[in-house]
Amino acid sequence: MTRAALLVLADGRFPAGGHAHSGGAEAAVKAGRITGAAGLEEFCRGRLHTSGAVSAALAAAAALGVDPVALDGAADARTPSAALRVAARKLGRQLMRAARTTWPHPELDALARQFPKGAHQPVVLGLAARAAGLGPEDAAYCSAYEGVSGPATAVVRLLSLDPFDATGVLARLAPEVDLVVRDAVDAARRAVDLGVDALPAGSAPLLEIGAEAHAAWPVRLFAS
Amino acid sequence: MHLDHSHDGPAAVSADAHRPDGTRRALRIGLGGPVGSGKTATVAALCRALRDQLSLAVVTNDIYTREDAEFLLREAVLPPERITAVETGACPHTAIRDDISANLEAVEDLEDDLGPLDLILVESGGDNLTATFSKGLVDAQVFVIDVAGGDDIPRKGGPGVTTADLLVVNKTDLAPYVGSDLARMAADAKEQRGDLPVVLQSLRSEAGVGEVAAWVRARLAAWTA
Repeated sequence: MTRAALLVLADGRFPAGGHAHSGGAEAAVKAGRITGAAGLEEFCRGRLHTSGAVSAALAAAAALGVDPVALDGAADARTPSAALRVAARKLGRQLMRAARTTWPHPELDALARQFPKGAHQPVVLGLAARAAGLGPEDAAYCSAYEGVSGPATAVVRLLSLDPFDATGVLARLAPEVDLVVRDAVDAARRAVDLGVDALPAGSAPLLEIGAEAHAAWPVRLFAS
Repeated sequence: MHLDHSHDGPAAVSADAHRPDGTRRALRIGLGGPVGSGKTATVAALCRALRDQLSLAVVTNDIYTREDAEFLLREAVLPPERITAVETGACPHTAIRDDISANLEAVEDLEDDLGPLDLILVESGGDNLTATFSKGLVDAQVFVIDVAGGDDIPRKGGPGVTTADLLVVNKTDLAPYVGSDLARMAADAKEQRGDLPVVLQSLRSEAGVGEVAAWVRARLAAWTA
């Protein structure tokens, strides 16, 4: 294993399709819930502790070797919005392509065969981390961080927000990312013995509702 | 570049010339260029010129709408299942160059759903003079500029103008009205591109998209040879 593999996987330029998604930020901007850096911070904090915590735990569990098919089912059950399930599978498929080329691994091949149209992105992310020789904590960090960095980047484009302010938001959230990752890895370790029901099931209803509305817009900058 | 042949999952290697079942995939040609230069009109004309002889499909990359895909649908240049729109998150050049995953998914889905195709045209969202397609996504690329965008564009160069496999200078019928010097544009393009071909076209003329269609046919002949 190499520590630097974590930087490759966590790099915002890792070509896995994330640039076209706002993580719900576009819907929140349109609804007036994000108008500047303060709103972005609250949005990201909410996302981190709800869907972010769930994604991080799924990724950590996949990295630990928990059955990815069971994890995919758990992700479905924790994602009420059909639009979000579609987005998660699209991103999972795109990440799968990048991961298989970057870190060829039989477990990635097996999951790609099982889900030719894509498994949930956090599950693929955890397995990609495993293929890269990384551990559950690394996978959870990648997932939790991209769960806030994606919306921050999107809001820079949507509101012409000062990029230094957006980066400051991410830096202020860092201690909370640490906490979410710690809990996610604990839950993932429990899931090894107890099954996927041991994983958290937090959700943010406004993210789910916003995603459904957003999917029906005729004009939008981001795919989700 | 045949990493994917050791197993039977979906293609993992974008530029691989074969589909997972071993058959040759469709030739992929990208069309890029600034906003309003006539990319979508050229794609529509190509579809009309080629659809009777070839099995083809189109991927559009709109910046924030589905206008280009809807234009092609409205013009009925191809059946709707042969036109796919990719969303680019405000970064059209990223989707065709730096992170091509959504476009690769689109081209592969078209062939999976429709069966083997001869040709897939990938139209970029309107962008700037530096936007080029990744070789992992397309086999050849066309850069479309127009005379009304300024006759100094060929002289300015940039990766699109200088390196595209074909440069199209569109809307030549407008040259007298906007004061563009076609001879100068052709000479500047020659200077920038050396032996790479340049086509000056007006889709309103009788010749229409004919020269570009002939170029596409030649590329396809080379691809399948």
